Amino acid sequence: MFFTYLRRELRRRRRAALVVASGLALGIALVIVVDAVSSGMGRAQARVLESLYGLGTDMTVTKAPEPSAEGEEDDRRPRFRFDAQGGEDGGEGEDGEKQSSDRVMVQGFQTLDAATVTEVGEADGVAAAAGGLSLEVVTVDGEFTPGRFQQPEGGGRPGGGAAGEVRGGGADFSVDGFSVHGTDVTRPALGPLTSSEITDGRGFEETETSAKVAVVDSAYAKEQELGTGDTVTVGGTGFEIVGLATASSGDAAADVYLPLAQAQALAGAKGEITTVYVQADDAQQLDAVRSAVLEAVPDATVTTSEDLADTVSGSLSTASGLAVTVGRWLSVVVLTAAFLVAGLLTSSAVSRRVREFGTLKALGWRSRRVTGQVVGEAVVTGLLGGALGIALGAAGAWAITAFGPSLSAQLGGAGGSGASGGPGGVMGAGPAGVMGGGMRQAASRSLDVALTAPVSLSVIALAVGLAVAGGLVAGAFGGWRASRLRPADALARVA
Amino acid sequence: MYELTGVTRRHTRGKDVVDALAGVDLTIADGDRLVVQGPTGGGKSTLLQMLGGLDRPTSGSVLLDGVDLAGLSEARLTGIRGEKIGFVFQSFNLIPTLTAQENVETALVPLGVKPRERRERAAEALASVGLGERLGHVPGELSGGQQQRVAIARALVKQPRVLLADEPTGNLDEATRDEIMDVLETRCEEHGLTFVMVTHDSHLARRAPRLVTLREGVLVPS
Ligand SMILES: Nc1ncnc2c1ncn2[C@@H]1O[C@H](COP(=O)(O)OP(=O)(O)OP(=O)(O)O)[C@@H](O)[C@H]1O
Ligand SMILES: [Mg+2]
Repeated sequence: MFFTYLRRELRRRRRAALVVASGLALGIALVIVVDAVSSGMGRAQARVLESLYGLGTDMTVTKAPEPSAEGEEDDRRPRFRFDAQGGEDGGEGEDGEKQSSDRVMVQGFQTLDAATVTEVGEADGVAAAAGGLSLEVVTVDGEFTPGRFQQPEGGGRPGGGAAGEVRGGGADFSVDGFSVHGTDVTRPALGPLTSSEITDGRGFEETETSAKVAVVDSAYAKEQELGTGDTVTVGGTGFEIVGLATASSGDAAADVYLPLAQAQALAGAKGEITTVYVQADDAQQLDAVRSAVLEAVPDATVTTSEDLADTVSGSLSTASGLAVTVGRWLSVVVLTAAFLVAGLLTSSAVSRRVREFGTLKALGWRSRRVTGQVVGEAVVTGLLGGALGIALGAAGAWAITAFGPSLSAQLGGAGGSGASGGPGGVMGAGPAGVMGGGMRQAASRSLDVALTAPVSLSVIALAVGLAVAGGLVAGAFGGWRASRLRPADALARVA
Repeated sequence: MYELTGVTRRHTRGKDVVDALAGVDLTIADGDRLVVQGPTGGGKSTLLQMLGGLDRPTSGSVLLDGVDLAGLSEARLTGIRGEKIGFVFQSFNLIPTLTAQENVETALVPLGVKPRERRERAAEALASVGLGERLGHVPGELSGGQQQRVAIARALVKQPRVLLADEPTGNLDEATRDEIMDVLETRCEEHGLTFVMVTHDSHLARRAPRLVTLREGVLVPS
């Protein structure tokens, strides 16, 4: 009787039931989509972190930034020297010679002693540690035309000479760059290369500590038309490409990976590293490990994946975070409104059935049974809304995943925290001799990660819970009205 | 067996005080057939509510088989209504979404009768009021007279001690009225029911074996 009565009643009032269910469905769909987007953001963040660090890396150790002593700094800054006499000697005279110069620089100019790896490795809670050296290679290609002595009436190149004596002269250079990562080939499980997959050829052998071999990021290889077996030239030295690596998400950590010793030699940084990659025994105890590492290496900066997550989410959250916050509030508002509307509609439906319920009470139906009927109708309506909402929410989440925008994560930029920098993009320095001090900052990079919106089982459970709750709220409104009806209302002339 | 003593039902709304019943004394023996008449607002429906345990008197006592309905809890009262008392209303009061059979079944729900037996008894009850062919029809598909027959079947299916009817023919034409009265009278006689009916209809009042008149909440000799 309960279900027959319930079913008939809902069919009779399907309009109102649909309004109630739709309201709930809207709220529930919003909850699902918002949850899916926020967990999608979490995933995007994890993928960004993964692509920066590599799998299994819990924290990095870099040199703490120190106030720069000018003299020291100058040594480290790259200086491009071109042969300015070329034009005069050459006899042909008119044009400058094409010249090219590679400068290999340590990224961020801050290094740690390679012994740090051992020190860090011995700290409490550290499972494994590996060193890495991030380099930046800047290539300057171009012509340099020296100024020439000119007759007063002779045309010269504009902008070059001074006071009519020597005229013309100038430079036309293009600056290009790529990033190199010196990898500890003896520890293949740690470091940025672990976030890439070898898609062609092979990775480093553990014995190739000083081999002239390279693994090249597939995107960079494509751009430079390089392949396995080719030779890539870094700082004037050729390396045989043994494999291509494809970043599993976002950008690769470096364009070219070399054995650590080779990278150190190129940069003139023997026994130096930029980063120690640390794997902790327990990823939940990172703070304790951080303290232990700082004790062992006092002048280091320790960056955990959580720290990094903060910088990543900082930029990720600007757009989508706003959407999630607004979405959360919106779903609360919509749900509240839906609950209220459901309650009022149910209550008013009971008002229109005063005589019906009065009659049932007159027939001997307990108040509880009548109330239960009302609550049952409301809960079923709520569940209907829940089903509708889950379908709607899942469709929405699917649409976001399918056509969704990609998120742009800005990384690094924070002074000295080389870890978060990773290899930077091409420097925007002019063709002047000395690079600007801007290099002190870890180059910031932006990663594009596609936003997904995974619907979790727990949010489905939440949706069902909300649907039942909505039904109970509506049922409470209506049931309260129904429970207060008197059996004498059966005799009421007008219902 | 009803024994009413000094039954008063007072309605208070703000300063307005209305005594729907003002000290009614009345005894109704088992198997009695009583017709209550009187002008509108006289308190007829209120008296029926007292008899049926739908409402309680402000003062006085309503004894049904020695039990004072005025002093019972709502739960006990509900139990007595479900078991002993059948109601027939002027406007039928059928559940519009339920079929004739299901409407009759609603009277057996509070008694905890199993669904199968419920269906059988409902079908029998409907057959006994001449609606054996209309089990699956909803009230909207039935005429007024047929709806009232369904209501009578619903009132009688549980085999109550008392049948209370508030203007059962008030919404029906004369021919249908006589049909319904026929059904009611034969059913009551068959089961030896105590039957109390309220009516405005002087024709029915004249036919009544026992007639009382309520005016302004007081029983007056008719
Ligand atoms: N809930 C109530 N609140 C206030 N007054 C009420 C209420 N119920 C009944 N009354 C009043 O009690 C008096 C008796 O009402 P009752 O319904 O018993 O009359 P009745 O004889 O059945 O009239 P009718 O022939 O029109 O059905 C009326 O004056 C009515 O206005
Ligand atoms: Mg009345």
